[in-house]
Amino acid sequence: MSERIEPVLQAAPAPADDAIIRVRGVKTQFGTQVIHDNLDLDVRRGEVLGVVGGSGTGKSVLLRTIIGLIRPRTGTVEVFGKNLTAMDANERRRYEQRWGVLFQDGALFSSLTVAQNIQVPLREYTDMPQHLMDEIAAMKISMVGLAPEAGAKFPSELSGGMRKRAGLARSLALDPEILFLDEPTAGLDPIGAAAFDQLIRRLQQALGLTVFMVTHDLDSLHAICDRIAVLAEKRVLIAGSMSEMLQQDHPWIREYFHGPRARAATATNA
Amino acid sequence: MPSGHMDVSVNQGWLRRTQEGDALVLTAGGRWLVEQSAALDVMVRDVAPEKGRPVRLDLAGIEAMDTAGAWLIYRLLRTLGELGCRAETVGARPEFAALIEQASVNDNPCEIAPPSGNALMRMIARIGDSTLMVFSEARSFLGFFGLVLITLARGLRHPSRLRLTPIVFHVEQVGLNALPIVALLSFLIGVVLAYQGADQLRRFGAEVFVVNLIAVSTLREIGILLTAIIVAGRSGSAFTAQIGSMNVNEEVDAMRTLGMDPIEVLVLPRLMALIISLPLLGFVADMMGLFGGGLMAWLALGIAPDLFIERLNDAVSVSSFWTGIIKAPFFALLIALVGCHEGFQVKGSAESVGQMTTRSVVESIFLVLIADALFSIFFAVIGI
Repeated sequence: MSERIEPVLQAAPAPADDAIIRVRGVKTQFGTQVIHDNLDLDVRRGEVLGVVGGSGTGKSVLLRTIIGLIRPRTGTVEVFGKNLTAMDANERRRYEQRWGVLFQDGALFSSLTVAQNIQVPLREYTDMPQHLMDEIAAMKISMVGLAPEAGAKFPSELSGGMRKRAGLARSLALDPEILFLDEPTAGLDPIGAAAFDQLIRRLQQALGLTVFMVTHDLDSLHAICDRIAVLAEKRVLIAGSMSEMLQQDHPWIREYFHGPRARAATATNA
Repeated sequence: MPSGHMDVSVNQGWLRRTQEGDALVLTAGGRWLVEQSAALDVMVRDVAPEKGRPVRLDLAGIEAMDTAGAWLIYRLLRTLGELGCRAETVGARPEFAALIEQASVNDNPCEIAPPSGNALMRMIARIGDSTLMVFSEARSFLGFFGLVLITLARGLRHPSRLRLTPIVFHVEQVGLNALPIVALLSFLIGVVLAYQGADQLRRFGAEVFVVNLIAVSTLREIGILLTAIIVAGRSGSAFTAQIGSMNVNEEVDAMRTLGMDPIEVLVLPRLMALIISLPLLGFVADMMGLFGGGLMAWLALGIAPDLFIERLNDAVSVSSFWTGIIKAPFFALLIALVGCHEGFQVKGSAESVGQMTTRSVVESIFLVLIADALFSIFFAVIGI
């Protein structure tokens, strides 16, 4: 399987200027292990893109490459039409505050309360007075569906689902344009996961966000993703809608989207 | 009558007040974004209409808005409502109206940090907490000590349960690898002791007694105490951090479910390794201290090596050496117990690992010094 599978979605290609993230020819490598080779990906403004792939295909690595935690060996990552790989740290900071990142377990600062966690980016990037920061933090806490009591709690006092919501609130503190989510529903019970999906969808629509989501959760893909990108063979094999995925012949994609769990997810979301 | 005309530079948001008949007209425009929110907050707070006056809020000029801007508009409307002003909003773009709606739905004030009370009460509470903690800590430490003793006794009855490989591994970690630093520091202390001691003794013309000073202090106290302090800082902290991280990672729980006793697997090898290593390190420290002192005595005071040896023979006997080295296993026991015990006290987070490691080092050095004092009293009483 050396030939490249062309995406089916040729009928309505995105206009070039519509891509808020444009990854071109990226190669990432740890030691001698090549994770991505000549990887291309577009994320369009205002969409929810789900990134799927088997374990070890570098989904999280791709996310970290786009947000600049990992430098690619070759290739470019353009966000907001700017080549971030070529920028120095100072310039990058200006763009970094235009996106928010939710790490797998929330990555909250353990010495701060939830509300203080949300205020960290506000304190860092704005000159807001304390009372306004308190108000904004309370609003974000309510927006992500946490009870007001959660504001004064420390991360260690929260459940996994609450930590994710708190992490989401912190990533939304500066009203980012892009939201990066690393397996947002992993470790949540099905009810909590469905609620989190709906939360992301609701916020995405209310705030006009672009969402880049690494996930394993077929229900999330059905429920909230506009497009799906499949990582395999060290690159993005195909990106398109769920119905396009279902028509693919690639063995891994077939197995993923037609397996028993996929059928169950399709049935419930149909 | 335009009044309250505020900053209207292009990149900023602004809020203007005008009159229209009886009504107050507020015109907002520009960018209502989080970066401008500090300035906007001031403008919004400055709006203070008389009670019950009708207000028209014109949002048509707003070019960009995010949730921070929406919050400020919403808060303005709320304040107007509280003042009994009939507020009418016009000209908002649908997406901005939706954001303002979001802000109003999410007006749920919350506490930012747990209530802390006043400073005096806090201080008293802290003293009380710490006092109680000393007792509960001592209790828990004694319990742990007992547990380790029982496990050790069981291990000695069935020596096959004592794991040789980890013991050897830890002897290398805490003993062999600590050798250079222990040797260097005790050599330097010997040098300093000889130099300073000679300076004082010279006033009495008794320079030659510097040999007694070096020999007695190094062999009985400094050699072993210095070693214990270095090892507490170097290995006691490592024990806490290792066991603590395993605790955070649920490795300790995993061990229990596999039928392995964490005390037997984690604590005993470390304890035995330290009990073996510390006397050996103490011996090296004694020798290096004497060597450093002897070298300094020779170079600075002209006490030749053969004279030094002769004086050494007169000044101390083998029992002086033993009174020092006999303390080593006890210090080792304290350091290993405290280090492992604090490791098991780690709860949940990386921060906790740091806290417990600090506490482990402080406690083990403290206990070593207390034990040393008790030994001194004991030796004085029995007349050694």
